[in-house]
Order: sequence, then C-alpha cells, then structure tokens
Amino acid sequence: MAGLEDLYREIILDHYRNPRNRGELEVPPAVQAVGFNPLCGDEVIVYVDVQDGVITDVSTGGQGCSISQSSASMMSIAIKGRKVSEVRRLVRAFKHMMSIHGTGIGGTGDDLDDDGDTGNGAGDVKLGDLEALRGVVKFPVRIKCATLSWNTLVQALDETFA
Amino acid sequence: MSADGDQLGPQTKAHFPLLTRQVHGKPIVYLDSAASSQKPRCVLDAMNSYYETINANVHRGAYEIAAQATEAMEAARAGVARFVNAPSADEIVFTKNVTEAINLVARSWGGANLGPGDAVVITEMEHHANIVPWHIMAAEKGFELRWIGVGADGQLDLSNLDRLFDGAKLLGVTAMSNVLGTLNPIRRLADAAHDAGALVLVDAAQYVPHLPTDVQALGADFLGFTGHKMCGPTGIGVLWARAELLEAMPPFLGGGEMILDVRKDGFLPNHIPHKFEAGTPPIAEIVGLGAAVEYLDDLGMDRVREHEVSLTAYALRTLEERYGPDLAVHGPSEPACRGGVLSMSFQDIHPHDLSQVLDDRGVCVRAGHHCAKPLMRHLGVPATTRASLYVYNDTSDVDALADALGAAGEFFAR
Ligand SMILES: Cc1ncc(COP(=O)(O)O)c(C=O)c1O
Repeated sequence: MAGLEDLYREIILDHYRNPRNRGELEVPPAVQAVGFNPLCGDEVIVYVDVQDGVITDVSTGGQGCSISQSSASMMSIAIKGRKVSEVRRLVRAFKHMMSIHGTGIGGTGDDLDDDGDTGNGAGDVKLGDLEALRGVVKFPVRIKCATLSWNTLVQALDETFA
Repeated sequence: MSADGDQLGPQTKAHFPLLTRQVHGKPIVYLDSAASSQKPRCVLDAMNSYYETINANVHRGAYEIAAQATEAMEAARAGVARFVNAPSADEIVFTKNVTEAINLVARSWGGANLGPGDAVVITEMEHHANIVPWHIMAAEKGFELRWIGVGADGQLDLSNLDRLFDGAKLLGVTAMSNVLGTLNPIRRLADAAHDAGALVLVDAAQYVPHLPTDVQALGADFLGFTGHKMCGPTGIGVLWARAELLEAMPPFLGGGEMILDVRKDGFLPNHIPHKFEAGTPPIAEIVGLGAAVEYLDDLGMDRVREHEVSLTAYALRTLEERYGPDLAVHGPSEPACRGGVLSMSFQDIHPHDLSQVLDDRGVCVRAGHHCAKPLMRHLGVPATTRASLYVYNDTSDVDALADALGAAGEFFAR
C-alpha cells in the first residue's frame, strides 16, 4: 500500500491552497469548457485564449479535491504561453504518466492516449512539477481527479478549432 | 451512553465474515452501509446451498429440483411480503434493484397515466433514482415535475401542503434521506396526496433495512427497496404495489415468464406479480434476500432501530465533543428523527481527501454527492463525507471514525 505522502506531496498541497491562474476569462475571445467527475461531483471549468496557435492565456475555475484542483493549477502554468501543438504533446505525456500502463503497475489503463497514438505518449516532453502527481497512479480511484482538468482542456482546445 | 447502542453491534459483528478482514494492515471499520451493507454468513450459505442442491430454472420444469427452486423463490417472496406487511405475496415484484423498481413505475404506470396538465411531485432530497426516471418521462409525456424543497434542519418544507398536490397524479418521496438521514412524514404526506387524488410512491431503500416497515400503515401505493442495503445480495430489488394497481398497469419488460400466451398477432400477459418479471429471475439472489429478511426478523427490526438511534446519538455526541464547530453533520440533530447516516463537512478538507486519509486507517466511508445532486446544491456543498451505521456497528467503530478524523485534520494542517 502506497503511503499518503506519495499522494499528497508538498507541492500538490501548495497548489491546492494557492491555486495559480484561478478565475474566468472573457468568452469570446477565450473558449470555455466544463468537465465533471461524475464519481464525486467535482467540476472544473477551463478557459483558454488561443491566438495564432499559441495559448496566450488560461484560467481555471470550479471546485474539487486537492488532486483535481492542484492538477488544474499546475496545468495552467505548464501550458500558458505554449504552442497548441506542444500542449497536445504535453497532454499525451501527462495522461500517459497517469495511466496504469505508463508506470508499469500492470492491468489495463483507462486513460491512455485517445488519439490512436501508441508508444510512450511523448518521450521528449518534460513534465517538470507535474511529476509530483505521479504518485496518484498508486491510488487508481484518484486518477480521474488528476486527469479531469486535462480532459477539460482538450475539450476547450477541440472547441477552439472546431 | 445507552447500553443498547453497544449490545447489538458486538454480538452481530461475528455474523459477517467480511468484517474479520483487515485493510492496509488495520482492522476494517465499515461505515458505508447506506451504500451497501455487508452480508451475514446465513445469506451467503443460503445462496451457496441453492446452487449446490436445487439449482434449476423456475416455474417451468416438471422435475424435482426445478420444483424445489420454484418453491424456494416463492417462499422468499412470501417472506419479503411478511417483512413489509404486504397484504399478499402477489404484490411483491422482484426487480434488479430499487432503481429498476422506480423505473418500472415511471414507465408502466407513468406511461399509461401521465400527460400534459398533470404533475408529479418529488422532493429535493431524492436520490437520482427517484428523479431521473421522472425527468425522462416528463420530457416524453409533457407533465410538470414539481419539487418539495428542503428547509431548516434537513426537513421537507411542507408550508404549502394544502396546495402542493393540486393537479398532481403522483407523489414520489424517499422515506429516509440517504444524505441527511431525515425520516420523512410519509403517512402525513400520503394522506394529503390521496386527498388530492394523487398516488404515492415511496423510495424505501434506506428505510426498509433500518426500521420496521408496514406498507399499509405508511399509506403507500408503491414502495421500492433494494436487497444489497439490507444484508441481502446485489442484483435483487423489490417493488411492492397494491394489487389493483399492478393489475391495471401494462407490462414493463417483455419476454418469457411474463406471458400466459403468445400468438403471431399479440400476447396475453401473465398474472401478477409474474407479469412484471420478464425472463429468468435472479433466483439465487432472491433466495439470498429471503435469508436476509429472515436474519433481520430474527434480530427484530424494533431492536435494530433502537440500536441505531442510540449509536447515532453516541456518534453525534462524540463528534460534537471532539470537533465542535470544525465538524458539521448535515440533517436533523435529534437522533429519534433520523437514521444513522452522518453526512459530514470537516474543516475545509475536501471529502475526497478526507476519505483517503480515513481509508489509510481502515475506515470505510463514502465521499461524494451520494447521487443527490439537487440536494447537494441546496446544501451549498459539492460533496460530503458520509459515515453510515448498521446492525454490526458499535461504539468502537464510531471511536475509530473520530480518531481518524483527528488524524486527517493533523495530516492536512502540516
Ligand atoms: C434513497 C435511495 N434510493 C435509491 C438508491 C438506489 O439503490 P440501487 O442502486 O440499489 O437501485 C439508493 C442507494 O444507492 C438510495 O439510498
């Protein structure tokens, strides 16, 4: 059994208590998407403003546990100012880390790449602080908390380019 | 502390094999019976014995074990009927769970009886199982879905009871809230609904397992409950309804078992209750449910209720003494007016995080919206942490919960 410290790393609690890029953006020019975790009722709202293929601004709202909220906060930092193509690679890398396959625990992962891309997601992508969320995989029910904002981000990006 | 609170728990714990296991190296403290109860040895044995000695399809075979299987199933039906004081076993329809029981009423009775200009009245504290079927039917049939709100202390707001049922054809109400523990005044509501010409559907999923149930005294027309919350197996639920309602309703699902005759130009439905039991039933589960009601009957439902009231009182007192304003228990504060469901908000720790630390100490509670999102919106919280009590719990479980809450507080204060 993994210890609670594996899950609740200091940096996670810090982002939970002091979430970055929290709030709303004007829609339009920004696009908004809402994600639900039907399991626990958590809600995440992601706003992205995309100009010339670059995420110029991002904001998140909603309510949820420390894992979902800190993941949203760290995500916002990781994607702000980045090209959409890079961000899509980052999403793949993050979701790969969050899959049970990704960390070799075994069993069938349910959050593997959803775009048919096989392999290790994106090996050259640096996850940085997001690595702190790696421990979540040892608590399978919490994976959905960590991936909620990322799935919602993908919704928002898909909408931007719809 | 009343002695009763501690009499039933320690004595019955030994009947439940699962409660001897450990989680994360600690003895299990099971406080999630509102989601699903544990099963006593006698229920597991009854189901095994069914498979080992009389397993055969029911109602059709002319051979010995098929007759015995049918007999076992019908004996369970009779036992369930007695358990809720139904006038006849023919009024007991076996379903998959209470969700299916409510959907059966919505589809069959609702489909035949509801239309534009009608209203179905439900409450803000319903489980999604008694909301969504009515949303679906309202969209199809164009009737009004009317809501009874929740007021202070987790009670239904009945201030406009005299006009509430104007134009209503049905009241759907939970006998006990799975979030607040509130015991609703079913008889009073049923009388008011009947005066206005409306029928009454009671979601008794949290009531039948915990209190002596008399469908006739409650004044219900339809009443549903679910086996897995009352020491029985999953996959089996019950719809009780007055015989003349069942007689008049069209079938729900079609197939084998529910017919008397099938021709190329139509079919003749079977008599009740079989008319509503299409296909091979979950026979072992029905036998298991029969054993569960026997088990509860042997304990005595009055005693079960007494035990839960005093254990709930002990829990409310203990949590208040240890955590004061840091911990809110939603719902009625008076143990005699509520069931043993404690929906908690603790400091500003999110329920998901709280239950994670509790789990680390072997304490099983549920975090989330408990399938009651309209009620959560009313309470103004996204989720709660719910601990729920049953026959096998005792003061040591409550103490373990209280200790674990303290540990969680410390963990997140670091
Ligand atoms: C009040 C209430 N109604 C309905 C249900 C649904 O029960 P089931 O999932 O067994 O149909 C539950 C439990 O989850 C409940 O507590």
